[in-house]
Amino acid sequence: MRAGKSAESSTSSGLNNRRSPVNRLSAENVTLAYDQRVIAEHLSVEIPDQSFTVIVGPNACGKSTLLRALSRMLKPSEGRVLLDGNVIQSMPAKKVARTLGLLPQSSVAPDGITVADLVGRGRYPHQGILRQWSTQDERVVQESMRQTGVAELGDRYVDELSGGQRQRVWIAMALAQQTPLLLLDEPTTYLDIQHQIDVLDLCAELHEEQGRTLVAVLHDLNHAARYATHLIALREGRVIAEGAPKDIVTAELVEEVFGLRCQVIDDPETGTPLVVPAARKARAGTAGGKVAATEAS
Amino acid sequence: MKTTNRAVRTPGGLSIRLDARAVTVVLLLLVTALAASVVLIGTGDFPIPAADVLRTLVGEGNPGQEFIVNELRLPRVLVGLLVGASLGLGGALFQAISRNPLGSPDVLGLGQGATAGALAVIVLTSGSANQVAVGALVGGLVTGLAIYVLAWKRGVHGYRLVLVGIGVSAIVTAVNGYLLTKSDIVDATRAVVWMTGSLDGRDWDQVWPLLALTAVLVPLVLVNARGLRMMEMGDDVSYALGVRVERVRLLLMVAAVLLTASATAAAGPVSFVALTAPQLARRLTRSPGPNLLPSLCMGATLLVVADWVSQRAFGSEQLPVGVVTGVLGGVYLLWLLVSERRAGRI
Repeated sequence: MRAGKSAESSTSSGLNNRRSPVNRLSAENVTLAYDQRVIAEHLSVEIPDQSFTVIVGPNACGKSTLLRALSRMLKPSEGRVLLDGNVIQSMPAKKVARTLGLLPQSSVAPDGITVADLVGRGRYPHQGILRQWSTQDERVVQESMRQTGVAELGDRYVDELSGGQRQRVWIAMALAQQTPLLLLDEPTTYLDIQHQIDVLDLCAELHEEQGRTLVAVLHDLNHAARYATHLIALREGRVIAEGAPKDIVTAELVEEVFGLRCQVIDDPETGTPLVVPAARKARAGTAGGKVAATEAS
Repeated sequence: MKTTNRAVRTPGGLSIRLDARAVTVVLLLLVTALAASVVLIGTGDFPIPAADVLRTLVGEGNPGQEFIVNELRLPRVLVGLLVGASLGLGGALFQAISRNPLGSPDVLGLGQGATAGALAVIVLTSGSANQVAVGALVGGLVTGLAIYVLAWKRGVHGYRLVLVGIGVSAIVTAVNGYLLTKSDIVDATRAVVWMTGSLDGRDWDQVWPLLALTAVLVPLVLVNARGLRMMEMGDDVSYALGVRVERVRLLLMVAAVLLTASATAAAGPVSFVALTAPQLARRLTRSPGPNLLPSLCMGATLLVVADWVSQRAFGSEQLPVGVVTGVLGGVYLLWLLVSERRAGRI
């Protein structure tokens, strides 16, 4: 590891996490692979309780794969994912679904389904063959729709909505699941900047006001640095650094993780780290002398 | 009818979800199917008025009518109802699992597979009607298994299932053609009649196995229907909601193959019921979800009505019911494609 500061903070925060008694969700020494293609080997990650954890990294670094493993969509070929001390795969499916929710990247709204109906489907893990639609189900659905600002859209068809509204509806569905842990796989993809911020604000609200633990995969490092309370930086299936964005986001880290030379300054709005890529000329001109440029920050 | 969140609740905390429109559709279809059945029983060379049919069915008819109704026509109508119900439900299951209206047994080649089994028995052994039925059942099951194995890759996915099904269907059709060319004229005639799908000469021997099978499979399917509803939203979402996707899918596919194969064994490959019934049912209920029960009732209604049309519309010369469903289903499919095209969806 070249970047001394990030390496240091990664070890220290890693140790802290391992010492802290029980975080509800963790991956222990997992190897993740699709068929024969190995994405990550011997990866260990802890999700601090009550955190808004964001996983960042370049394309194909394994961040979505890690999220899939944490949400038991992908079974690790080695190692294990623990939820409340149990191996997640061995737990009853509905019990997991009452503890941990996932908003995947690909979700299909069935033809001709209304917003209220779709959000209502989030209640599935709380229902049974003779308990199909309780008053509590109804209340939670109303509440979830209110929190996400789609209460007025209840009777609208999901296919009629804009991208931003639709994403809110899906988040409302995940909320209706009433899970203390909520995992979101790139919730801002395909949204314009206003709606990206909108969705992230909503996530921050859920985290701050309801004390839910959120884990999201995000593409935009600046969004991650602004909203996350805990950041996990991945590259080629390895954790390069983890910790509070203020502690770990440095020019060295960005270069190491993304291979991009940049300056890291304070976000004038929030004081969180803000990554400003170096100008094209500066990057091209110093192909051999990377250290010089990073020191400029 | 947009809001479907209605429920009947008991003080003890139990609740059943009811979609008023779907319930109405199911009841109307049931009434239609039963009314058509009564009319159908009264239809034939020896017509019986509906009132007499009902009287005979409750055991108060005269001996002559009793023989015609209970021994000749009732079993035929029951086979029709059961075959239609099985095809409607099987089709709805397949379409829901593949998330594609084309993923129905007609297109996937299950009918052709069952036909191959039946043809093999007819051509190679000149077997009895029961042996032909067993051959059809085996053919359908083997085809279903082949499709599942070939399409299985981290779960059966919609388009993959349809494409594999079309491939299998092409192969089996070729086998069927070969078997037909090998057969003599008597067997070939019998084979062609069987292949059109017909309810002629069906009696209680066909009713009981069908009834037993549907009595087991229909409740099994309905218990898993809620999981299937979730699976409409994609494997990931439903898995996240706690549905054991792979297990539910395998179970429902086996059930759908059994339903389709047994229906085909009893009446031949009656075309297009499995394709059209779920689509029609969905348009009536206007509700998302697999619409299993409405599809089942729609299938039964369609088949009985088609059988009545095939007996009445062409006078004394009876037409196999499969011809009618084929024509109606084909017209409907074209209409569907044209209207969807107008709506800009295809």
